[in-house]
Amino acid sequence: MNDYLWLIPFFPLLGFLINGLLGRNFSEKMVGIIGAGAIFLSFVTTLLTFKELLTLEPEHRIFIQKLYTWMATGNFSVDVAFRFDALSAVMTLVVTGVGFLIHVYSIGYMHGDRGFFRYFAFLNLFTFAMLLLVLGNNFLILFLGWEGVGLCSYLLIGFWYEKIDYANAGMKAFIVNRIGDFGFLLGMFLIFKHFGSLDFDQVFSNAAAVPPGVITAITLLLFVGATGKSAQIPLYVWLPDAMAGPTPVSALIHAATMVTAGVYMVSRASALYILSPLALSVVAVIGVATALFAATMAITSQDIKKVLAYSTISQLGYMFLAAGVGAFSAAIFHLMTHAFFKALLFLGAGSVMHALSNETNLMKMGGLRKHLPITFWTFLVGGLAISGIPGFSGFFSKDEILWKAFSSPFGSPVLWGVGAVAAGITAFYIFRMIYLAFYGESRVDPEVALHIHESPKVMTVPLMVLAVLSIIGGYVGIPHVYMGLEHFLEPVFEPASVAMAAGAAGHASASTEFTLMGISVVIALAGIYLAYQLYVMNPEKPRQLAQSMHGLYTLLFNKYYVDEIYQAVFVKPFVNLSNVFFWRFFDVKIIDGIVNGVARIFGNIAAGLRRMQTGIVQMYALSLMLGAIIIFGYFILR
Amino acid sequence: MNTAIGTIDWIPVAPFIALSVLGFLIMIIGLFFPRIYRETLGTITLVGLAVTFFLILQNWGEPRYAFANTIVGDKFSTVFNGLFVVGAALTILLSLNSQENRYLLYADYFTVIVFATAGMVLMSAGTHLLTIFLGLETLSIALYVLAGFRRENAFSLESAFKYFLLGAFASGFLLYGIALIYGATGSADIQEVTRWIQQNSLTGSLMLPIGFLLLFVGLGFKLAIFPFHMWAPDVYQGAPTPISAFMATGSKAAAFAALLRVALSTQSYTAIAWEQVLWVIAVATMTIGNIIALRQDNIKRMLAYSSIAHAGYILIGFIANNELGHSGMLFYLLSYTFMNIGAFGVISYLSTAEHEFVTLGDVRGLAYRRPFAAIAMAVFMFSLAGIPPTAGFISKFYIFSAAVKAGYVWLVILGVINSMISLYYYLGVVVQMFMSAVEEKAPATATQQPAVALALVVSMFAVLGLGIFPSRWLAVFMEMARSFI
Repeated sequence: MNDYLWLIPFFPLLGFLINGLLGRNFSEKMVGIIGAGAIFLSFVTTLLTFKELLTLEPEHRIFIQKLYTWMATGNFSVDVAFRFDALSAVMTLVVTGVGFLIHVYSIGYMHGDRGFFRYFAFLNLFTFAMLLLVLGNNFLILFLGWEGVGLCSYLLIGFWYEKIDYANAGMKAFIVNRIGDFGFLLGMFLIFKHFGSLDFDQVFSNAAAVPPGVITAITLLLFVGATGKSAQIPLYVWLPDAMAGPTPVSALIHAATMVTAGVYMVSRASALYILSPLALSVVAVIGVATALFAATMAITSQDIKKVLAYSTISQLGYMFLAAGVGAFSAAIFHLMTHAFFKALLFLGAGSVMHALSNETNLMKMGGLRKHLPITFWTFLVGGLAISGIPGFSGFFSKDEILWKAFSSPFGSPVLWGVGAVAAGITAFYIFRMIYLAFYGESRVDPEVALHIHESPKVMTVPLMVLAVLSIIGGYVGIPHVYMGLEHFLEPVFEPASVAMAAGAAGHASASTEFTLMGISVVIALAGIYLAYQLYVMNPEKPRQLAQSMHGLYTLLFNKYYVDEIYQAVFVKPFVNLSNVFFWRFFDVKIIDGIVNGVARIFGNIAAGLRRMQTGIVQMYALSLMLGAIIIFGYFILR
Repeated sequence: MNTAIGTIDWIPVAPFIALSVLGFLIMIIGLFFPRIYRETLGTITLVGLAVTFFLILQNWGEPRYAFANTIVGDKFSTVFNGLFVVGAALTILLSLNSQENRYLLYADYFTVIVFATAGMVLMSAGTHLLTIFLGLETLSIALYVLAGFRRENAFSLESAFKYFLLGAFASGFLLYGIALIYGATGSADIQEVTRWIQQNSLTGSLMLPIGFLLLFVGLGFKLAIFPFHMWAPDVYQGAPTPISAFMATGSKAAAFAALLRVALSTQSYTAIAWEQVLWVIAVATMTIGNIIALRQDNIKRMLAYSSIAHAGYILIGFIANNELGHSGMLFYLLSYTFMNIGAFGVISYLSTAEHEFVTLGDVRGLAYRRPFAAIAMAVFMFSLAGIPPTAGFISKFYIFSAAVKAGYVWLVILGVINSMISLYYYLGVVVQMFMSAVEEKAPATATQQPAVALALVVSMFAVLGLGIFPSRWLAVFMEMARSFI
């Protein structure tokens, strides 16, 4: 069976090629069937492979399929090879499973769009790249997928290119991600230098032989890459802007899959991270800080998609918190449940927008519960899940993370405390959003209100499936139940679990665990209650509060002015440097100024020749001469 | 040393002879059949280049010297000469476009391209400094003529004239360098010089190192590396588009061939121990090229600055000075030939005699007018930017890996930063093509360009093929690099 591993990424690639090359001539139905069908086929292949994987002994649960040697130099070689182990299995199931539902949903959501076939082609290409990322057996294939998903994300954010802001948002996403990728690349070169290999098995099994300082450098550099892709402090700024793309794209790329690539990468390299306590603390602190910081920004946002974007950033923070305390399986667990409930919330938001002619402003919603019953109930399930209400999937995974943040040898009560507070804020802003959108008086524009309608089946069925997953998705994580997720992932995270076990010296007891669990549930319920009081019982109260705490409100409303600060500190100086110095000075003043200035009288050969005599050539010759003299001078005088 | 004609080994000189004969043949055909179709001429040239390519391949193996050890057929020359001929063939295809239709004297034009290629062949196969110089001059004079081939266009003339003046100046440096090397060692034969260096010290007197440095300056001009780069944008912008591509790829590769040949044989550049200077030059070349390219609206000019930057990346392989670095340079030059000719080719593909499609505004919404051209351009831009799985990515990966291996971590960091910067302007083109609406009054694009389309398809396949299946080629280049030890 493992000979068929390549089929998993192949189907989406095929879908991309068919729709991309021929889709122009197909009907929407045809494009949709090809697009979603491709993902469905790879989902089925994944399931079959997964089934086969389970028949093996836990420690042998790994399939590797080598297609060919990508590059080889002496004793260093990189293969195009896929790896299907417990970690890849979970990721692949999420990517193809949730991806399939989102593809189906898109058929309804994108109905009638001019770029229908283009959209599906890009979405399939994205899935292909994402599957390369999670299935790759070495850092280079991982990087190939990493770049690919970034590129597709960028194409899909700028999908409606007529709107100039949207194209700019795509550009911003790309630039910020390049900063992250820079870290990733350098990390990879360091791995190459010290391990002489980029193969996962070879790198991880030799990790102990490499000096700790180097490991720290590698892991921190890789983490820079992760902060870019997974939108963590300080590189999170692109994700809220990325909401400009179509909503299913936000669900697939900016919630369920691509943004979790950083978490996946850190977990994949857990054998390296566990050797560097410093890197682990950095990951944990950045993670928990992002969780809190992004949650506060979601409080004041009036755009339903932006609330979800900040919430995604915040939830990704939790995953890094888990990874940072060494609880990699908890990170992957939350990654999975988050994929379910956040995709659900995004698709629900898309359904609301679909009903309201693409309105995203929460202040122009309200009372939608009656009109959109399916959307409302499924959205509520998603809300309860993300808030960590017992019985829903988010409860299990978030609780696991908070518990590990407290009890792990790499954890601390402070990490737990900040995480618990952020969880309360999460419950608050999620229910603020639910109450504003679905409860109270309708604030919908009268014209729009005439057309409010529940979405078609092709959109609501995926919502319902995701709602079911958002509930039951948590039960795979309960320890001691048949095949708990942590147990399943254990072979992949073996070095980490060994280190965790060694450090866990009576740090934790069951009673503490239940107490902490109780506290976090109470905090979450308090957040929901507060939202209820403010947005359902006393709808006037929020405005008064905003006025009485004007300074804080303005700060939050403007997202701590981070965009403005980045613009002033990083973007402006660089543009000025390029503009004023290199371009204005070198190019415009000296070269273009003389050459092209005269070129306006162009057409006259005599003038063209006269231009030769204006000194510009002497300038060039002089630079040649000076350059040579400086080189010789250095050589003679050193 | 045997100079009698009868015992000459013809194989090493066969490619050069073939190209010379081909050049004269086309010239004569043009003379007797002035009304011949340019496509016919182009086909004849391509067949001739194919024959040359076959002859070049015969040289793969142990070094075979000819003409009193002034020229050699070895793995090194095989690889480089193959590259030159492929580049020339693509240039010929690009030239059969509707932009150049009106005013070109095609027989002369093809003749000069073939002679330029012959010059390049001498530069990579020359084992005598004067052979290399001869090759360089043959190439240069041909390029001066080609740059000015659009005789009614002031830019083209300006381009040719500037290139000529500065090129002559640079040749002076080169020749002076050769003279100093000859003065110090008593020979300009690279093998003799190597032997002399092994027996005596390279840095014993200043004369010899200065000679090598002057040689470097002379070749550095052709490489368009900082601070000898200033001519490149003006010349590339003014020259006919296929010629810009030819200069940016073939002529650059030829200069690298000569530099590598001298460096690898004599180990002179290692012995001088001037990595710091090279380091600064590489970084400055990349940075200046990329940062100025950021601000260009004219794609040809942008490609010119980017070609400066690419010379900087390739120089990193030279600095790393290990097998992987040298073979990486080859891989880079090969990839660069395809992706750069491809990028210039798209301009050629779209341009009509009335309108040259060179600005970012011109390519707005291209994906919806000419999807093939837009996809091809996107592939070339991604490759130039170094995005996997294209040839450009693998090239950079090899070069940077080699430098990391040699311990130049900071150089790699700066190189990676630079390639990140470059992405911005390469992607700018893609954004304009795919994410903008077509302008209302956009001029018509050229149609019916089978030859250019063929060149684009070949380049696209090469760029993706080298990216997805690079190992076979690298193995060949590694073998070449190893053959010097």
